[in-house]
Amino acid sequence: MTRLKYTKLSTPLERESVLQLKLGDRVVVSGTIFSMRDQAIQRILKEGQHGKNIPGLKNAIIYNCGPLARKKGGKWDLVSAGPTTSSRMNPLMPSMINDFGISAVIGKGGMSLEVLRAMKGKCVYLSAVGGSGALAAEQLQVQKVQWLDLGMPEALWTLKANEFGSLIVTMDAHGHSLYENVSKKVRKNLESQR
Amino acid sequence: MDSKLVARVVEKLLLKATTDLPEDAVHALQKAAAREKNEIAKDQLHIILQNVELAKGKKVPMCQDTGTLTFYVKGRSFGMEVEEGIRKGVKRATEKVPLRPNSVNPLTRKNMGNDPIINYEYSKDDCLEISVIPKGAGCENMSSLGMLTPAHGREGIKKFILKTIAEKGKNACPPLVVGIGIGGTSEEAMKLAKKSFLLPLDENNPDKEAGKLEQELLQEINALELGTMGLGGSTTVLAVKVSVKPTHTASLPVAINLQCWADRKATARICGDKIEIH
Repeated sequence: MTRLKYTKLSTPLERESVLQLKLGDRVVVSGTIFSMRDQAIQRILKEGQHGKNIPGLKNAIIYNCGPLARKKGGKWDLVSAGPTTSSRMNPLMPSMINDFGISAVIGKGGMSLEVLRAMKGKCVYLSAVGGSGALAAEQLQVQKVQWLDLGMPEALWTLKANEFGSLIVTMDAHGHSLYENVSKKVRKNLESQR
Repeated sequence: MDSKLVARVVEKLLLKATTDLPEDAVHALQKAAAREKNEIAKDQLHIILQNVELAKGKKVPMCQDTGTLTFYVKGRSFGMEVEEGIRKGVKRATEKVPLRPNSVNPLTRKNMGNDPIINYEYSKDDCLEISVIPKGAGCENMSSLGMLTPAHGREGIKKFILKTIAEKGKNACPPLVVGIGIGGTSEEAMKLAKKSFLLPLDENNPDKEAGKLEQELLQEINALELGTMGLGGSTTVLAVKVSVKPTHTASLPVAINLQCWADRKATARICGDKIEIH
């Protein structure tokens, strides 16, 4: 295995460190991150519209994940907690970035060009390895869970990350997306084959 | 046979399937990691293999999405006790393994635990065989059905499959196993595609035409360079499984079901008191 160089990030993220990240950089994350997906994000956006303040999202990292956790002696333990498909949240994310000020999204599969535009100058997308839930659970701990009425995968989990990764910068804050680059090449290869 | 025995077997089956990746899939991933030249892809494949080893050692699900649980039951004579046993076993495994409660009402989105999908089939075998495929939604959501016309033919089939993977493959957690069902009716083709994940990865379909199609597709899909996790490189698929079935003279149904790298499956055989799980 090649020796890899990591950039270490801790929360809350500083604008400067977000702007420095480039496509293909390897990153590990420490500090508080928020695991949320389809339903929790919709609830945040709805409550935000009603003027309710959701604390702690300014410069925060959100993790698109639906964890598998187990309650042991009154305390939640993560069992497996890999990333979920971020593109489901495409329509919701620009508002999370613009109205709530999040600085990074961790997930898998990348996001739309509209999200890439919203990220410009303030937010990055970091790819975790899909399916690697057992490994991720070793690097994350549950601090708090809210909105369990949405079900375990859809609840809002506050997690403490201890060098979570390696993650790859696949959409930077300057309008570049590795997914777009690969996609262009795939389309070209597809055309040349047919 | 009683439902208690079936429940016990199903609980073990689910522990095995969600925590211990079958050897054929592990071998295919190792081979891909050794061959891959793209640095990011190589790195991702090593993380996958590390995760697989950790999950097996700790007996925890390799992926938090323990999936929709699709069962295949096969035997000479069985009854309601099998259905009852499977449901009981699923409930118990959800608590004990544990599995993520993944089933919701599609309209209210209210969580209801894990609701298995069960397929039954008769065979001349005196033993009862129960297989399970726990399959995550990331890849299941990328399924596709093409009701092609006979004039589309072999080239049309390939074009449809390549286009689907080029567009949707990245969200299905590649390197993928591609299940293709050709023929039957719309719903039969979809079932055929899913069921092909029970077949061994390292053997081609003995049917000459289907086997040849598998080999061609494997090469052509990997040549797209979508790569591991859709981040580029030469490892997009580990295997292509093509299953065929007679169809109507006016029809050409082609079903695509993508399986993520976590090609989870397990089978139990119950022969009297003897129980084998593999």
